[in-house]
This record gives sequence, structure tokens and C-alpha cells, in this order.
Amino acid sequence: MRFEPKFRWLPTPYRSVLLFIVWLLLSQSIEPVHLFFALILAVVIPLLTLRFRDPQPLIERPLLGLRYILRVLADIVTANAQVALLILGPKARLKPAFVTVPLDLQHELPITILASTVSMTPGTVSAEIYPSKDSLQPGEPMPQRCLLIHVLNLSGTEAELINDIKQRYEAPLKEIFQC
Amino acid sequence: MLDNVIMLVFAMISIALLLNLYRLLRGPSIPDRILALDTMYINSIALIILYGLLMESPLYFEAALLIAMLGFVSTVAVCKFLLRGDIIE
Amino acid sequence: MEHWIEWVVAFFLLLGGSFVLIGSIGLTRMPDFFMRLHGPTKATTLGMGGILLGSIFFFYTHGETSVHELLITIFLLITAPISAHMLIKTALHYKLKTIDKTTGKENIHAAQQKQHDRKPLP
Repeated sequence: MRFEPKFRWLPTPYRSVLLFIVWLLLSQSIEPVHLFFALILAVVIPLLTLRFRDPQPLIERPLLGLRYILRVLADIVTANAQVALLILGPKARLKPAFVTVPLDLQHELPITILASTVSMTPGTVSAEIYPSKDSLQPGEPMPQRCLLIHVLNLSGTEAELINDIKQRYEAPLKEIFQC
Repeated sequence: MLDNVIMLVFAMISIALLLNLYRLLRGPSIPDRILALDTMYINSIALIILYGLLMESPLYFEAALLIAMLGFVSTVAVCKFLLRGDIIE
Repeated sequence: MEHWIEWVVAFFLLLGGSFVLIGSIGLTRMPDFFMRLHGPTKATTLGMGGILLGSIFFFYTHGETSVHELLITIFLLITAPISAHMLIKTALHYKLKTIDKTTGKENIHAAQQKQHDRKPLP
């Protein structure tokens, strides 16, 4: 796991690429003026906002990240169809539950991505990440963190669901960030 | 044919907006009302885009983008206010 | 406009419209807040994706390629989980009632004990 960027003037390379693309999408053209301005924004905005952020682990395997995004997109479609069926089906058969998922990840950025993925995909919404950083004494080591999720319909056992989330989403994230 | 389909989708989204309005008025708690508002602004984005399709003009997307941003920020701001009693500390 | 493209646009629009409607039905129909949250966050996002895809195809055939739809889709995809997370945090903070058959309620208390980002309830 790395925290220090390769170039000091480009602290978050992938975010810069994202800013570049979003600015081009927003101005809907690839004329030199817009390309130039997008480049300036992509370099200046990460430098300006650098001091507001805690250092986060860097993405080590961008190709795996791309595969992760595609998989999540496919999962969103299937999971949404499932949720739609559950909503239209009989209410009495639903088994809502709160489940605690113990996490192997430690840092804020990977956990945030995992929580958002869990919210978007399999009939679950992430509710709480604990213990939070503010509750620690300074210098105290980070304890094991957990994710509280609400499940619309718990079809199997809790252990199955936890295992599913850990294998399908957490393991690739661990590989992407190498932590 | 496409005009009829667009009208049908208009009707669907209007019904969805009415259902949201019911939840907004009925409550019973504050988070329920925020959720209803949040869903309402997403549905209104859909309405604006459909209107743009009907008029065959891509001008309406800027408005949709603005509503998307303002709606998200306002939802988060209200939630933060309820959680901490302050928005910017 | 070519005939089959028209069918594609109609398909995506109908798909999107029905998912948006289903999301709102979930919002009205479910018995407690935590179950109501699932409809709007998931179904509505896919519904918006469908409508925006339909609109991309429509304007593509009209010769004026518009990419703002793509931007709106990405924006909604990124923001939907965050607003859902904020809403469910607020609901847990207000200790909203869950329906009786919800399992694992003891997990909530364990999770909230160590959070220090709350104001006391009025």
C-alpha cells in the first residue's frame, strides 16, 4: 500500500483524468481551448484541495479497478430487477434484517467505495461504519472496523450474505489498493 | 409511435410523483419526508428530460443537471442538520 | 428516423418509466422507513439510467450528439448511495421504529455506541 504519489504536482492522477473527462463532457467539444482549460483544471483542483484530505491509499491496479466498475454496473442491473420484484411481491414474505459485516479494510477511501457499492447492489443499504475515527484517542491504533447494513429480504443465512459481500466486493478492492 | 410512448412514460412518472407527494404529506417521520423530497427531485429530472425529448431540443439538460446537483446538496444538508444541529462547523 | 432505433428508444423509455414508478410504489407501500429506503435508491437510479439512455439514442439519430445525459447518469450513480447513507444514518439517530419481524436489531446499538458525530436528541 502506497500513500505518497509518484509526482508531487499530480497527487491524484485518476481523479485528474476524471476531472479532465467531466470538463470535456460538460463543454461538449474537443476544441483546443477546452482541452487546454480542462488540463489546467485537472492539475489545479487536486493541488488546491490536497490539504483538505487525509492521505488515502493510492490505486495500484487500475485495470482491475475498471473490471470492478463493469462488474458493479452489471450487478446494479440484476439487483435492481430483484428489488423491483420484491417491492411488487407480497409484503408478508419479506424478511428485513440488520447485519454487521466485519471488514478487513482499514482506510476511509476503500471503505467508502465498498459502502457505496453495497448500497447500490444486492438489496442492501449500508447504514453505519464504526468505530469512527473521531472516537479514537490520538495515537490509539485503529481497531477492526465494521459495516452495519440493512437488508430488504434476507433469503439465506447472515453468514452467507457476509461471505458473499466479502468475496464479491471486498476482495477485489483489497487487490486494487494492495492493502 | 414514439410520441405515444413518451406520453405514456409522462403518465407513469406523474403517478410516481403523486405517490411521492402522498408520502411527503403523510410522513410519519422527518426522514420519511426528506426521502420523499429526494425521490421527487429525481423524478422531476425525468420529467424535464422527457419534455426535452418531446420538444426535440437538448437545451433542457442543463436544467436537469442543475436540479440534480441542487437536490443532492440539499438532501445531504438537511440530513446533516438533523444529525448534528449544524451544517458547516 | 430509422425504424428499429425508434423501437430501441421506446424500449429504454418504457423500462426507465416503469422502474421509476416501481421505486415510488415501494416508497408508498412498504411498512417502515428502512424498507421504504430501498425502492427510491435502487429502482429509481436504474429508471433514470433507462430514460437517459433512451434520450442519448434519440438525439444520436437526430444528428445532435448530446453527452450531458451521460454526465447526469454518472452524477446520479455516484450520489444515490451517499444520500441513502445520510438518510439511514438520520433514521437510526432518530430511533425510528422497525417492523417487528426485523432481525438483528441488537446490532444497531453496538454500532451507535462509538459514534461521536451526533448531537443529543431534543
